[in-house]
Amino acid sequence: MSATSVPGSRTGQSQSGDDSATEPILTVEELSVRIAGLHILQGVSFTVAPTGVTVLLGRNGVGKTTTLRAVVGLTPRNGEVGGAVRMGAEDLLTRPTHRLVRGGLGYVPEDRCVFAGLTVAENLRLAERRGSTPAYDRVYALFPELDRRSRQRAGSLSGGQQQMLAIGRVLINDNRLLLVDEPTKGLAPKVVTEVAEVLQRVAESVPVLLVEQNLAVVRRLARDAVVLDAGRVAWTGDAKRLLSEAALTKSLLGVGSAEVQH
Amino acid sequence: MDAIILLTLTGLGLAALYFLVASGLSLVFGLADVLNFAHGLFLGVGAYATWWAAGNLPGAGPDGLGFVVAVAFGVAAGTLMAVLVELVLIRPLYSRTIEQVLVTVGLSLAGVALLQATWGADARPFPRPEWTRQVTPILGAQVPNGGLLLIVAATLVLGAILAFLRWTRYGLIIRAGVENREMVTALGIDVRKAFTLVFAIGGAAAALAGALGSVYFGTVSPQQGGSLLIFAFIVVVIGGMGSVVGSAYAAVAVGLLQQFVNYYGTSGLGDICVVALLAVVLLLRPQGIAGKVATA
Repeated sequence: MSATSVPGSRTGQSQSGDDSATEPILTVEELSVRIAGLHILQGVSFTVAPTGVTVLLGRNGVGKTTTLRAVVGLTPRNGEVGGAVRMGAEDLLTRPTHRLVRGGLGYVPEDRCVFAGLTVAENLRLAERRGSTPAYDRVYALFPELDRRSRQRAGSLSGGQQQMLAIGRVLINDNRLLLVDEPTKGLAPKVVTEVAEVLQRVAESVPVLLVEQNLAVVRRLARDAVVLDAGRVAWTGDAKRLLSEAALTKSLLGVGSAEVQH
Repeated sequence: MDAIILLTLTGLGLAALYFLVASGLSLVFGLADVLNFAHGLFLGVGAYATWWAAGNLPGAGPDGLGFVVAVAFGVAAGTLMAVLVELVLIRPLYSRTIEQVLVTVGLSLAGVALLQATWGADARPFPRPEWTRQVTPILGAQVPNGGLLLIVAATLVLGAILAFLRWTRYGLIIRAGVENREMVTALGIDVRKAFTLVFAIGGAAAALAGALGSVYFGTVSPQQGGSLLIFAFIVVVIGGMGSVVGSAYAAVAVGLLQQFVNYYGTSGLGDICVVALLAVVLLLRPQGIAGKVATA
């Protein structure tokens, strides 16, 4: 693993001594992605703990979204993917997206991607799976707004409401791992707090691999951090430690401590 | 006055034909991003299968219930053809646009050649019920029944497709897929099943157009599908890719424009006007009347 040689990295993902709890839910090994000649990921290796939030950090364009999309099998057709991604014992890279998702890999994409022409209820209904009871109670408990607006077109919702719908759509089903890509992007500060609160509650029951630029949100949610730089893992370790050391944050993420404080 | 009524109704008959071809074409393009140049072949298969059934299939015939059986056989043949084309030729080529165009253009040429080799290049008289040869007087205009039949059929097909899109699980998947196909798979849905389904729907509608269009024209010929397909493509572009309702509006606009200009102007001018309308729509509203949505 390339991560072992960098400072701050550690081999165990969880503080608890129980072996079964430390088995990672997701293992990414030497993941490489090349799209249209560009070598976007060049051997990325990290693990995601079976509980809590693992955050994937890095400057713009280092390959965070590419990593999530490769894990869920959404690399474009002209892209080449190498390496291995495993959830438990399953190899994810050989299976089509819809099977991975049915197998319990929930994906909340960047920019929400709700179906604008469909109503809120239709967006949720689309996510229902045959053979499992849709957990509307869970979704409406977290987002009572979605129940009230069920007949409204998703395209006419606010950005925050669309994000709630995108998360709710995934929570209709039971998941083993959630991939959440920049859920607070472009949202008003008050809404950012709401989304963070919801993710915190969600993460109590299912592990989350989160891509997030807002460091206040990261500070609140994340236990483990993986920092990418130029298509490789630059640092892995405790998220709080990363954010508490200004020099480390600045060198890895290119932001000053003032931004971290907020 | 009765000339205007006659032109309106024959124009709507033409529009009905365009709509039946364009609706499937539009859904296939909107959902699967496939430009299907073999769509005209589904129409040809539908027409010839109906013609063959009327003469050869037990229980089928040129009149009454036998005619309904013959048309049903034709529609079934067109649907089967469309499903086979999707499964065998298109499925291995998704997101490879150039190859898709080559294979569907090749298939349409080969299909027309096959129809010609089997039944000859000349138009053949189409077996049809006696009443479709007659006219119905409407407000003083003598309107051919074949055209009215097309209008009724296209209206029913429009209603059926809209109901299907609105009220069924697969309709929901298709509407969502037209908007963002990738996100549909990211919700755990195998969108390829929906591709096969839209090919089937498109094939059925085109085959119905083949059968009823041949009733209207009174003959069946191998080239019929190809010439209708050009106008169907124009209808799809004007209506908006993936929009069934947009296709309906655009078909009416194109059918009426063509009919009126061909009558009051010189014959053939109507076709040019249709292309001009296409250019205007592309300049002012490139996404088409309805934009990229599967319903209204």
